[in-house]
Amino acid sequence: MNKIITRRELNPTVTLLEIEAPLIAKKAEPGQFVIVRSHDDAERIPLTVADFDRDKGTVTIIFQIVGAGTMRLNSLREGDSLANLAGPLGRATETDGLGKVAVVGGGVGCAIAYPVTKKLFDKGAQVHAIAGFRTKDLVILEDEFRAHSTQFFAMSDDGSWGEKGLVTDALKKLIESGEKYDEVITIGPLIMMKFVCALTKQYGIKTVASMNPIMIDGTGMCGCCRLTVGGETKFACVDGPEFDGHLIDFDEAMARGRMYAGFEQRKREETCRLLNMKEGGRA
Amino acid sequence: MAAREPKKNPMPQQDAKVRAHNFDEVALGYTTELAKAESERCLNCKNKPCVSGCPVNIDIPEFISHIKNDDIEGAYEVISKSSSLPAVCGRVCPQEHQCEHECTLATKLKLEPVGIGRLERFTADYHRNNSKVKPEPPKQNGHKVAVIGAGPSGLTCAGDLARLGYAVTVYEALHTAGGVLVYGIPEFRLPKSIVAAEIETLKELGVEIMTDVVIGRTLTVDELFGQGFEAVFIGSGAGLPNFMKIPGESLCGVYSANEFLTRSNLMKAYLDDSQTPIMKGGKVAVTGGGNVAMDAARTALRLGAEKVYIVYRRSMEELPARKEEVEHAMEEGIEFIFLCAPVEILGYKNENDPRDPKNGFVRGMKCIKMELGEPDERGRRRPHEIPGSEFELDVDNVIIAIGTSPNPLIKNTTDGLDVNSHGCIIADENGVTSRENVFAGGDAVTGAATVISAMGAGKKAAAAIHRKLCAE
Repeated sequence: MNKIITRRELNPTVTLLEIEAPLIAKKAEPGQFVIVRSHDDAERIPLTVADFDRDKGTVTIIFQIVGAGTMRLNSLREGDSLANLAGPLGRATETDGLGKVAVVGGGVGCAIAYPVTKKLFDKGAQVHAIAGFRTKDLVILEDEFRAHSTQFFAMSDDGSWGEKGLVTDALKKLIESGEKYDEVITIGPLIMMKFVCALTKQYGIKTVASMNPIMIDGTGMCGCCRLTVGGETKFACVDGPEFDGHLIDFDEAMARGRMYAGFEQRKREETCRLLNMKEGGRA
Repeated sequence: MAAREPKKNPMPQQDAKVRAHNFDEVALGYTTELAKAESERCLNCKNKPCVSGCPVNIDIPEFISHIKNDDIEGAYEVISKSSSLPAVCGRVCPQEHQCEHECTLATKLKLEPVGIGRLERFTADYHRNNSKVKPEPPKQNGHKVAVIGAGPSGLTCAGDLARLGYAVTVYEALHTAGGVLVYGIPEFRLPKSIVAAEIETLKELGVEIMTDVVIGRTLTVDELFGQGFEAVFIGSGAGLPNFMKIPGESLCGVYSANEFLTRSNLMKAYLDDSQTPIMKGGKVAVTGGGNVAMDAARTALRLGAEKVYIVYRRSMEELPARKEEVEHAMEEGIEFIFLCAPVEILGYKNENDPRDPKNGFVRGMKCIKMELGEPDERGRRRPHEIPGSEFELDVDNVIIAIGTSPNPLIKNTTDGLDVNSHGCIIADENGVTSRENVFAGGDAVTGAATVISAMGAGKKAAAAIHRKLCAE
C-alpha cells in the first residue's frame, strides 16, 4: 500500500514523490491535500497534492525538507511504502467561471500553485503564472509552469533566475500595465501571501490564499489548524485550505506557525544526526 | 438473608503522589480474591434491575454468578454475548449512573452497590491475560455491511454484525482504529494495549478495518452502496471541537482538549522520544467540567505542569464528570476553581521587541466570578456573572474542554441524510435515518456523550440492520 513509484530530488531541499494511492487519485482535485506518515511513529504531515494520475492510480507530493518529519519522509526510496496516506482532504480550488487569473507562487508553494495553474490553463482560462524563488538553485517545476500558462514570470531575490525582485513587484507591474484579473491565487510563505493580498486589496482584485498551518488529523477533529478569517474562527482542514486573502489574519497565522519552533529545531538536529549515522553505517 | 458487606471492595490503585507523574494505569484492578469477595455481595436478584441499567444489557447477575463459582471464562462468555469491548467498558463506563445505580443493594438496602464495573474489568482482563482460545469466525450469511468510524459505536455494531455472519468493513479516518478510545481517553485511564487487544478480537471474528479512509472525502456513502454494501452504519462521532468565542483563543498555547489529548494519546507526545510536540510544564488552565476536562487536566499534570486548574462556571455539584474522575483529579493535586468563567485569554506582547519569542504566547486568563440562579431546561442551575468580579489567572497554557459537535463531512456529501440544527444526524432509537439502509448512532447522533451509550446505539443499530437485511 502507498508504494513510492517515483522519487526525484527537484533541488537540494525539495523532493517529489509519486505514490500509489488509487482511491485518492480517483478523487483528488487541485487545492486538496493529503496527510502523510512516513513511519509508524512519525508525525502526520499535511501536504498538498501536487499532481495526480487517475489512470495510473498515483498521487504526487512535493515537499521541502524543513524538519524532522520531512527529513524522515525524504529518507524513503523508490519501492518503499509510506506508513500511512489519507485524503484527499480539504476543499478543491474553485476554478469555475474564471477567465483570467494570476497565480502567484513562492518557493515550494509553487508545487501547489502548479496544479491549479494547469487546471485553469487546461480549462481555457488565461493564466499568468508568477513564480518566485530565493535563488536559481531552488527553482522547481519551471518547464511545467511554462507549458501550462499563458505567460510565465520568473522572479528571484538575487537575480540569478528571471528578473531580480519579489513576486509582488511582478504582479504590481502587470496590474498597473492594465491587466484585468478575475482573481489572484497565491500560494507560498505566509509573509509573501500577506503582501500579495495587501497589494491586490489596493486594486480591489479578489484574492485566494492557500494556507498551510500546523495540523494533526486533517479532518476537523483537533482545531489545531484554526485561523481567523473575517473575524471568524475557521479550520484550514475542512473549511479551507483556501480562504479569501483579504480577510485572513496573517499576523496571527504567522505567530501560530512559530508555536513549536524550539521543539522543531531540536528534533531536526536529532533526526539529522540519526540519519547521518545511518548513512555512515551504510557506507 | 446473609449480611452483606456494606461497602464495595476497594480496587487497589497507584498512590496519588506517584501516579501524578506517570502515565501508568491509575486503578490496578481486582485480584481473583477481591473479585470473588465482591461477587459474593451480589444478591442474584430474580428481576435483575441492573441489566435494565446497562445500555448493552449484559446479563450481570449471570456473569457474576460464574465468578462466584470460580468460572471466570464462563463469566467472560456471558459478557461477550452482549459487549464487544468489555475491558474498555469495565474501565470507562459511568456505572454509578447505570447498572450500579439500579443495584438492589443500593436501592433497597441503602448499601454501596455491587462493584459491577470492577468485576467486568476483572473478567475481561483475566480472559485477555489467560485465554489462548481464539474466537471461531462465524458462518458467513452472504451480506455485506459498511461501518463508518472505528470508535465505540462502530466497533460494537461491527462486532455484533460479524457474530451474526455479516461481512463487515469498518472505515476509519485516522491511522489507528479505536476512535475516542485511542485519541481521547488517556493511557492512565485506558491503556492503549487493551484497546488494541479488543480490536484484535474483532478482527479474529472477521471484521475488516480500513484505516486512513475518510468517508465524505476518500469515499462517499453512495460509493459504499455502489461497492455492494447493503447497509451503512455511521458512527463517526462528534469530533469537531467547540471554542468559547472569547478573545485570545488563537494564541500560542491555547488548545482544544481534542488537540491536546490527540497529541498526547494518539501521537504519543507523552513519550520522551516522541516526534510530536506538546507544551509541557508551566501553569495550565482547563475550562470545562466533564470527563474530557478531567482527562486533559490530569494529562497536563503528568506532562510536568507545575500547576493545573480546572475552571468551571458552576459549582462542584453540577460537575458533569464522573465522581471517581473528579476525586482522582483532586487527589492528584489539581485545583478546581468553581463558579468562574473565562472572559479573555491574555497574550504576551513585548512592545519594544517584536522579535521577542514569547510574543503571541499565553500569559494569563481573565476570568469572572459566577453565581447560580434559576434551573435551566435540564434542571441545572444557570450561572450568572457577578459584575465587577473579574480577576486574572496566571497561566501559560489554556485547554478548552467545553464539548464537541459532529463533523459535517458526511452530511455534506450524503444526499437525503437529515440532520438537526446542531448538525447531529437524525436517527430513531434503532439508528434508522432518513436514508434507506443508512443507520447511525453514537455521538454523531446524540452529540458528545459516553462510550457506553455509543456502544448501546451501535448494538441497537446492528439488530435493526439484521432485521432489515435478513428478516424481510
